[in-house]
Amino acid sequence: MLKNEINQSHYNFAFLDENTKREVRRKILKAISIPGHQIPFASREIPLAKGFGTGGIQITLSLLGREDILKVIDQGSDDSVNAINIKRLVKKTCNIEITEDAKQASIIQSRHRIPEEKLENHQILVLQVPFPEPLRRVESEEKKTRRMHAEMDYSRMWLYLYEDLIKHGEITIGARYPVMVNGRYLMDTTPIPRWDIPNLNYSENLTLFGAGREKRIYAVPPYTEVLPLEFKDHAFRVEDFSGKSCEKCGASNTFFDEIIVDESGARRYVCSDTGFCKKRREYNVA
Amino acid sequence: MGFVSVKAGWDAVENAEKLVEQRRIGHDAPLLTLPQIKTQLRGAVDKVMSEGSLYDEELAALAIKQAQGDLIEASFLLRAYKTTLERKGYSQPILGKEMRVLRRISSTFKDVPGGQILGESLDYSLRLLNFNLMEEKKTETEDIEDNQEKDTLREFSYPKVSEILRKEGIVVTEKKEEFSFDITRESIVFPAPRSAILQSLARGEEGAMLCLAYSSLRGYGPVHPTIAELRRGYLPVRIKHPITGETVKIGEIRATECEAVVPEYREKQIFGLGYGLVLGYNERKAISMAVLDKTLQSTEHKSPSEDEEFVLYHIDGIDSSGFVEHLKLPHYIFFQSDLDRLRKIQEKSDTYAKK
Repeated sequence: MLKNEINQSHYNFAFLDENTKREVRRKILKAISIPGHQIPFASREIPLAKGFGTGGIQITLSLLGREDILKVIDQGSDDSVNAINIKRLVKKTCNIEITEDAKQASIIQSRHRIPEEKLENHQILVLQVPFPEPLRRVESEEKKTRRMHAEMDYSRMWLYLYEDLIKHGEITIGARYPVMVNGRYLMDTTPIPRWDIPNLNYSENLTLFGAGREKRIYAVPPYTEVLPLEFKDHAFRVEDFSGKSCEKCGASNTFFDEIIVDESGARRYVCSDTGFCKKRREYNVA
Repeated sequence: MGFVSVKAGWDAVENAEKLVEQRRIGHDAPLLTLPQIKTQLRGAVDKVMSEGSLYDEELAALAIKQAQGDLIEASFLLRAYKTTLERKGYSQPILGKEMRVLRRISSTFKDVPGGQILGESLDYSLRLLNFNLMEEKKTETEDIEDNQEKDTLREFSYPKVSEILRKEGIVVTEKKEEFSFDITRESIVFPAPRSAILQSLARGEEGAMLCLAYSSLRGYGPVHPTIAELRRGYLPVRIKHPITGETVKIGEIRATECEAVVPEYREKQIFGLGYGLVLGYNERKAISMAVLDKTLQSTEHKSPSEDEEFVLYHIDGIDSSGFVEHLKLPHYIFFQSDLDRLRKIQEKSDTYAKK
């Protein structure tokens, strides 16, 4: 907390002015209408550093009403420093209810994870995006990648995956795995792990993607096909956690944080989704 | 009034300098003191020490005061002073592991041996102007636990994340260089040894390095690393005693160290490492340095950040500001010569057009 508290009356509800929120909401509507297509937006300065979630927070702040319940996670964790910082901003400028329960939230802002619990059609997931352009891996120039999208020319991305496969026997892309949305647009999945990608496919909830620094918004509407790029003879695969289970709740089918215990290099594993893990322990599911 | 350029040159030059000095003191506001600069403009002091490549807070503060906040100018003042100092010897190599740590974070694992220590940081602050600072009275500071005091009395080193990963064969082990190149005593040659690269980066200009590192992250380069560890604190400085030959500690310097890892699949299946070490506290520069150290290990030169000549020749703030600003010097002769060519060729093109 700042020692001398900021005078709140200087700022509008949810920080952004109403016209800015309206612009963001219009761009969101456009994004929903063309699933997976990147929509440019003005992107204002907000009091977080660029790269810390400024795109996601602009979407969240534009959508928040006084009745909303917000959950903010970073790397799956409700207590991560960056999640706390975003919640501080929301608390300061909106004073709405904040939850750690993925089922309770009407809006969930997240960096790098989709909650393990299945989201429903009244919920909105907002993902923070560092690289909106999935083709940036193969092409540096924006004017060229825009043309490639327009022509649905994704051959260079396919070639990238193919060369990877030939050289290493595996595809080297970890997180940020490219997907096709609605059979039309290639989309960057932010660095969510491959583990989370199946959860985007025909999900009940709306997923919005905000890239503040790169000034782009895109969306996956509910019940939309989202498929990872894969070859017929080499299926897409998620991270392998076989034989591991969460030290806290015993879950074995979740994405794990690997933690180095000591200098000998010993490891332990805990659920990355802290809200989910806590719930399992409270309800004694283990 | 006309601009007298020839005879009054001597006076004009001296007066130009005096005018700048007059602007610095010719007002009613209290004059800056060096302790004020040292304690309250810490970022500026550290930037100037790092780019001036002389660890002296007092002189850096003086340079900032004299340069009136122009930090490249201040770095220049400091480096120009440094060059007058006799090189009496070299200190012993220091290991980052020996750092008396005030802050250390890792982005690779949620928890690491020794723990994540957030320490002092503005990373997670809301960038809201605090208008209360406009009329500020000194108040009691809150008592917050800080490593600063705690560690001064005991020797304690935090294990390096990179070392743990190296033991497991996940992170590359680097070759040792027999001799350390000294870029202040020899002209750099290409391909440059790693010691020369790291020295150039260590005193490079923050903004230039930031730009190149960002370009690599964003789409014009191969490197988007994960920070295995970023730490800052005090490093011991030791020399060989000139008479007894024994190693003695002669003091400490504040420094920021960054180790960034990037998966490499090209030749070996291993994480490569980019290294950054900066005098004073400057995490932005230490990270940029680690990114650029890594991009410069690339064997393909597809982007500016991978090209060692491009990077190393253009990141020095003192070199580049000097040369860009030299454009203000008279270029009458040069221009006259160009003018002659242009006129001649215009004439000719007219005649050709008529034909």
